[in-house]
Amino acid sequence: MIAEAGLAALYLAAALALMQLAVSLVPALAPQAAQVARPLALAQGLLTAAAFACLIVLFVRTDLSVALVAANSHSAKPLLYRFAGTWGNHEGSMLLWVTVLALSGALLAVASRGIPERMLGATLGAQAALALGFYAFLLLASNPFARLDPAPVEGQGLNPLLQDPGLAFHPPTLYLGYVGLSVAFSLAVGALITRDVGPVLARAMRPWVLGSWVFLTVGIAAGSYWAYYELGWGGWWFWDPVENASLMPWLAATALLHSVSVLAARGGLRTWTMMLAVVAFSMSMVGTFLVRSGILTSVHAFAVDPTRGGFILALLLIYVGGALALFAWRAPAVGEGARFALVSREGALVLNNLLLSVILAVVFLGTLYPLMVEAATGEKLSVGPPYFDAVVGPLALLLMLLLVVGPLLRWRRHEAPLTKWVAPSLLAGVATLAATIILAPDISLLSRLGLVLGVALVPASLMPLAGRSLRRTPLATWGMAIAHLGVAVSVIGMASDSAFSRERLAAARPGEQLAVGPWLVAFNSVTPVAGPNWTAIEAELAVTQGGSERVLKPQARTFTSPVTETSEVAIATAWNGQLYTVLGRQSGQRWQLRLWWKPFVTLIWLGAGLIALGGLVSLIGRGWTNRRTRRRLAEAEL
Amino acid sequence: MKRALLLVPLAILALFVAAALWRLSSPPDPTIRSRLAGQPLPAFSLPAAVPGRPALDSAAFADGQPRLLNLFASWCVPCIAEAPMLLELERRGVTIEAIAVRDRPEDVARFLQRHGDPFRRIGLDTASKVQLSLGSAGVPESFVIDGRGIIRYQHVGVITAKDLPVLMAELEKAR
Amino acid sequence: MSFKPKHQRLVLALSALVALIGAALLAMWGLKDRAAYFVTPSDIAAGKVAAGEPLRLGGMVASGSLRQLGDGVTLRFVVTDGKHQTVTSFRGIPPSLFKEGSGVVAEGRLKDGTFVADNILAKHDERYMPPQLGNEVATHAAERTVAQ
Repeated sequence: MIAEAGLAALYLAAALALMQLAVSLVPALAPQAAQVARPLALAQGLLTAAAFACLIVLFVRTDLSVALVAANSHSAKPLLYRFAGTWGNHEGSMLLWVTVLALSGALLAVASRGIPERMLGATLGAQAALALGFYAFLLLASNPFARLDPAPVEGQGLNPLLQDPGLAFHPPTLYLGYVGLSVAFSLAVGALITRDVGPVLARAMRPWVLGSWVFLTVGIAAGSYWAYYELGWGGWWFWDPVENASLMPWLAATALLHSVSVLAARGGLRTWTMMLAVVAFSMSMVGTFLVRSGILTSVHAFAVDPTRGGFILALLLIYVGGALALFAWRAPAVGEGARFALVSREGALVLNNLLLSVILAVVFLGTLYPLMVEAATGEKLSVGPPYFDAVVGPLALLLMLLLVVGPLLRWRRHEAPLTKWVAPSLLAGVATLAATIILAPDISLLSRLGLVLGVALVPASLMPLAGRSLRRTPLATWGMAIAHLGVAVSVIGMASDSAFSRERLAAARPGEQLAVGPWLVAFNSVTPVAGPNWTAIEAELAVTQGGSERVLKPQARTFTSPVTETSEVAIATAWNGQLYTVLGRQSGQRWQLRLWWKPFVTLIWLGAGLIALGGLVSLIGRGWTNRRTRRRLAEAEL
Repeated sequence: MKRALLLVPLAILALFVAAALWRLSSPPDPTIRSRLAGQPLPAFSLPAAVPGRPALDSAAFADGQPRLLNLFASWCVPCIAEAPMLLELERRGVTIEAIAVRDRPEDVARFLQRHGDPFRRIGLDTASKVQLSLGSAGVPESFVIDGRGIIRYQHVGVITAKDLPVLMAELEKAR
Repeated sequence: MSFKPKHQRLVLALSALVALIGAALLAMWGLKDRAAYFVTPSDIAAGKVAAGEPLRLGGMVASGSLRQLGDGVTLRFVVTDGKHQTVTSFRGIPPSLFKEGSGVVAEGRLKDGTFVADNILAKHDERYMPPQLGNEVATHAAERTVAQ
């Protein structure tokens, strides 16, 4: 019964979305559209949430009469993974997507006091149109509640690579980010329809962009750490199409975040901000399409799914095409923003936007290039790290250079010399350059520049706080400083990992000792072990870095349902980096061991955490300021 | 000039959709038939997957008659989907041998009872050894073997109604 | 310097266009010699492949060809597509299901007639990588058939 209830809730929500769209389409109703749409959006959000709850219950109970559960779950699985199994598959994750979309719509309807009624009406209409397409996709092409008759005796299990706490919460976080951008998209569409592009719109859009961006940052960082310790390849970013699919919306959202600030504070960059709002959510859709259709898996792609891929592609064409056409039609009518000089905060933010857009474009082109070449010439090829590192690396460094100066510039026109403010960064950068040239002459240029700019950015990111009364500094400024500091920390981690990592690959007998970097690894023994649904060979390594000894136990695991073999990495984290160990196969009397010493690699994710924290602080600060402004306005009216 | 600039994003979108449509309409070929075709079946000898039925031996394939070798497992949901197609092939007179991968006799028996039994012999490949020697990565997977025990065709994944004519033609060619 | 309103707008639009063209040119330059072509042993035998270029070599691991060298971590094997063969070496830990007779995609470069692989993807991986895709097609087909 639960499955049927969930399905019914979805149909009802779809009907409400249709009504919500219809209301906004009738010109006579336009003035009251928002009034009518509000409760509809709220009910829609609650209904989809209920449907999602139904699916969770089915998964937790392992109800094998539901096809989706039978195909992806197993009663022997631990509770957490039965729970997470809900979204560890296509249908479940699409239902999660729709749930987040509808809940965002509901939240927009409820918390929308600053938005003019007419614009809100059009925005909710656009949001309903988005939701409607995805309801159709869910109900027609990926019904998560379909029954299986007769029910199998046991489920097929969940991919063991996905049986990991990190990944259990990685997709939902990413989806919150992806879909949160839909509100920015709808707001842009609403504003273009009502010809009302201005600071009011920017202030309404900003919390959504900030929130989505925080979730995207957390989601990408979590995914990267998962790949790092689960795949056993020692890398933290592989430029896989699926990874790029999450990076592209992040790049667009980062650009949007900065341009929306200009629009909110100074009323400038109107057309550009609208364009970015459309592009950001378009990239979310492109990402979803790439992952869900399977067209870009790799040269030996397996799961191309024309039906579902075609459906998402059609939705993408309608929404993105529609929004871009609306943009092309209305953009000339969008009012002119305030003027600014080339050297000014606005100028720096324009440059930031251009650089981010160029990075977005080269990632987009690199990701799709194999597809285009095969379509044109039939030749198969793959584009990987050599391309992305060479092209994105220098652009990212340029962006860092801009980051040192940009936040120090004044709005409109900057004339005062910056020497005093930039001096600490310059000093730090030159010192790092000298130190790396003397101590590590052989590292690559890109890593060296990364270290230099990363270190230089540390004082620069804190400069906007310098010389101010810290208690009276707005939270948003704190947020900016923290996020920029996060960028510096993250880049230092990346550069350090690529410049100073040491790798040791050896075939060793138990009893042997190996050295890698400052670590001494004693290979004590190999023993078989077993878990609830896997068996494994486990190595015992006693590792020391000068001080106290620690024991690491990397495993080579074999899962039983379905049969899959994985490497369980064992990692020792110290203040100055991580020792990363992988157990390979047996070769004669010896065992293959792969050891990596990765100095300061942890900074990559620590920095990402700071970036997200900065976004969060800024979001809280904005919310607080908005409330205070509203209260003042209300008092003034009395 | 500025108008044209506003249309650039639309042009990029069109290009993207065109490339994606092309890929969706001509998906890459998932089979690796050319690599195994022409190779003799690796030698193996498996115990019967269901007590009381004949065991499966690679030597048994070289008896002059072409046949289908199906790899399945009772824990595999796609194999349930494939079951009616195998029954249909048997109805059309195809001899089907099977290997149950990583399975237990009682589970195999229950699977056959529920979903039909088109198989002449079923070998039990407890440790996936034969599956791997066949170059197979998962279940279900099927091979057309000619009368001399040479692999003629490999089908990766579920056999659907669409695949029946192809398989029948390959079996005919192997005669 | 400060722009007149009309000019400011034009400058912004033009800079967007320049950025877009710049990105396209940059990408073309980067892709020219950094994209790895997918080749088979026959392509190598036909001399279509230059040494030192990044490649992905696809084929089967020939039966009886897999050797572990004395250091315990270097593998030497022959990749075949049925017609031609390429000797391949790989230093590292291969995927668990990398075996003789199984399909393989090796990433690396051709050096003195030997393919030196930096990375090996066993055919097994394609059904599970990337993880999100899993066995979707198969289960989808299962539902369709069951629905009939």
